[in-house]
Amino acid sequence: MQLLANYLTLAALYALIACGYVLVYRVSRVLTLAHGEVMMVGAYLLLTMGTLFHLPPLPAFIAALLMSLVVGLAIYWMVMRRMAGETVFAAVLVTIALGILLRGAMALVWTPRLQYPAEAIAMENPSVALGGSVAVSQASLLIIASAVLVYGGLFLFFRHTTWGVRMRAVGENPRLAAQRGIAPHGPLALAWGIAALTGGLAGMLLSIDTGIDEAMAIIGLKTFPVVLVGGLDSLSGAIIGALVVAGAEILAIYYVDPLVADVAPFLVLLAILMVRPWGLFGTREELDRV
Amino acid sequence: MARASGYLKTGYGQQLVLVETRMQWMLLALLAAALLALPLFASFFLLDLAGQIFLAVIGAVALMLLTGIAGQVSLGHAGLLAAGALVTGILTQEAGAPFWITLPAATIAGALLGLLFGLPSLRLKGLYLGISTLALHFIVVFLGQEYETIRGFSTGISVHPPRIFGWELYDPAAWYYVLLAFDVVVVLFALNLLRSRTGRAWRAVHERDVVAEALGVSVFRAKLSAFVISSALTALAGAVFSYYRGFVSVEAFSLFVTIQYVAMVIIGGLGSILGAILGAIFVTMFPYAIEAALETTGLAAALAGYVFAINYALFGLVMLAFLLFEPDGLAGIWRRLRDYFFLWPFRKTPLAGGE
Repeated sequence: MQLLANYLTLAALYALIACGYVLVYRVSRVLTLAHGEVMMVGAYLLLTMGTLFHLPPLPAFIAALLMSLVVGLAIYWMVMRRMAGETVFAAVLVTIALGILLRGAMALVWTPRLQYPAEAIAMENPSVALGGSVAVSQASLLIIASAVLVYGGLFLFFRHTTWGVRMRAVGENPRLAAQRGIAPHGPLALAWGIAALTGGLAGMLLSIDTGIDEAMAIIGLKTFPVVLVGGLDSLSGAIIGALVVAGAEILAIYYVDPLVADVAPFLVLLAILMVRPWGLFGTREELDRV
Repeated sequence: MARASGYLKTGYGQQLVLVETRMQWMLLALLAAALLALPLFASFFLLDLAGQIFLAVIGAVALMLLTGIAGQVSLGHAGLLAAGALVTGILTQEAGAPFWITLPAATIAGALLGLLFGLPSLRLKGLYLGISTLALHFIVVFLGQEYETIRGFSTGISVHPPRIFGWELYDPAAWYYVLLAFDVVVVLFALNLLRSRTGRAWRAVHERDVVAEALGVSVFRAKLSAFVISSALTALAGAVFSYYRGFVSVEAFSLFVTIQYVAMVIIGGLGSILGAILGAIFVTMFPYAIEAALETTGLAAALAGYVFAINYALFGLVMLAFLLFEPDGLAGIWRRLRDYFFLWPFRKTPLAGGE
């Protein structure tokens, strides 16, 4: 049972991180490799809310989330907007460079040592007993709850709101969308904004559990097998991908060797790339277009 | 300075010639003399820096062949370097093998890995390819770590300096000449490859693989050969690196190393060997230049704990700036400058063949 609880927590965390990759890819066809760093920005913002303004947990979270959104919009407006019309490879390289820049800047502002935002915002993280010998931390429950909320919200957003439909239209065919009167910069910026917001949320919740240092970016990187397994342009695929990859990782930890857990996602990734490169739920033509 | 015109060619041979005029020969000779004379004046620090640059040039040229010329994205470069270094380390440690066994072994291991890295390229393009090579990077590093922990070398494997007829290679100046010779061979090899059938096939596949196939180029062979040759070279660079440092540890081959090599290729300018060399020089010297700049401005003491972060941030910034504003890289800047002075007072650049 403890195994199941750990599995669900890990899957929820992966799913929460993965939706940022999917959003950005779906709308702009760019696979961002700076998502781990964007997560870190969110966690550090939460830390600052605590150390600088002494906010209690809830307002601190809300303020940090809003600032993450602004960070995402700024990344698009200042950097990614200029990559319009460039090759996909160049755009991906730009995200790599952006990741390095962010990492250096964060180390300058917040120092590279391990820090604990939970203390800074005076948030308690008691372990919650779930009957029997099963116990998870409160932050884990929050991760699962927010993954459910975020995905529910995104599905509704894409289906029922004007901006959601605009984003889908731009993702499907930017020229046609522009021809129908949608200025593509808005939806693209929003995609980056929401990606930074959800990624930031994942980073914040994770930092409550484990604290924050550079290792968080690696978790961001370990998530993109999730996205590829599910299919780069499919939100529901990201959930399935998270379940599959988290399953492989948990099984590797318990039955093989904890060290294998770090490569397990990549082994799953290689297997899926060999068999079905466009992922379980991805669109096949995507591959030809890349 | 006298240069060939680029238009007045009277035979196919002239198109392929590497050095066109006597003036260029003289300049090359001057450069060679300067490089050969350097150890006579240079300090130990400068020699080490030069050694690092020479090593980076091998890796950068290899990546340039693959990414810049053949157009295959690879994010597994550090994994290949690690593979070369590990093969050397393991063979020395387990079998006490000398360098004339380990270097070929590392090269062959690299070629095999290249075959493995390259197989996905037949099905995958662009982004997906980069990601599968990235996955392979993690797997190679993981295997290396496993070996180190199981055999109890968790801090790394030490490698003895190479020995020829009882003479050991450890003097910095001797290393300088060996690495310089290595670089000359690698660069000549790459340049010659590019004017051969293989090089032309790679460029064709880069431009558009469907058209290349229609023209009779075997895309299968071109892609695989690009991966195999580039990976073999990279693994060789990794093996030489392990001898140079006298020490192998997978810690040294993080993802950041891959990013550094990709940055060399980008900053140097995709598609030219000169670019790979310039990029390798630039990226290797970058941290030292930052440090020197901090020293001279007197900020070093105040920012002592932050030097690493400053390096990181500025490196990202420079890479970003090149991608956004100068996609042709240093080689592009060099070409423009050269054309500017060459054509002055006119402004028109030659249309083609002005290389």
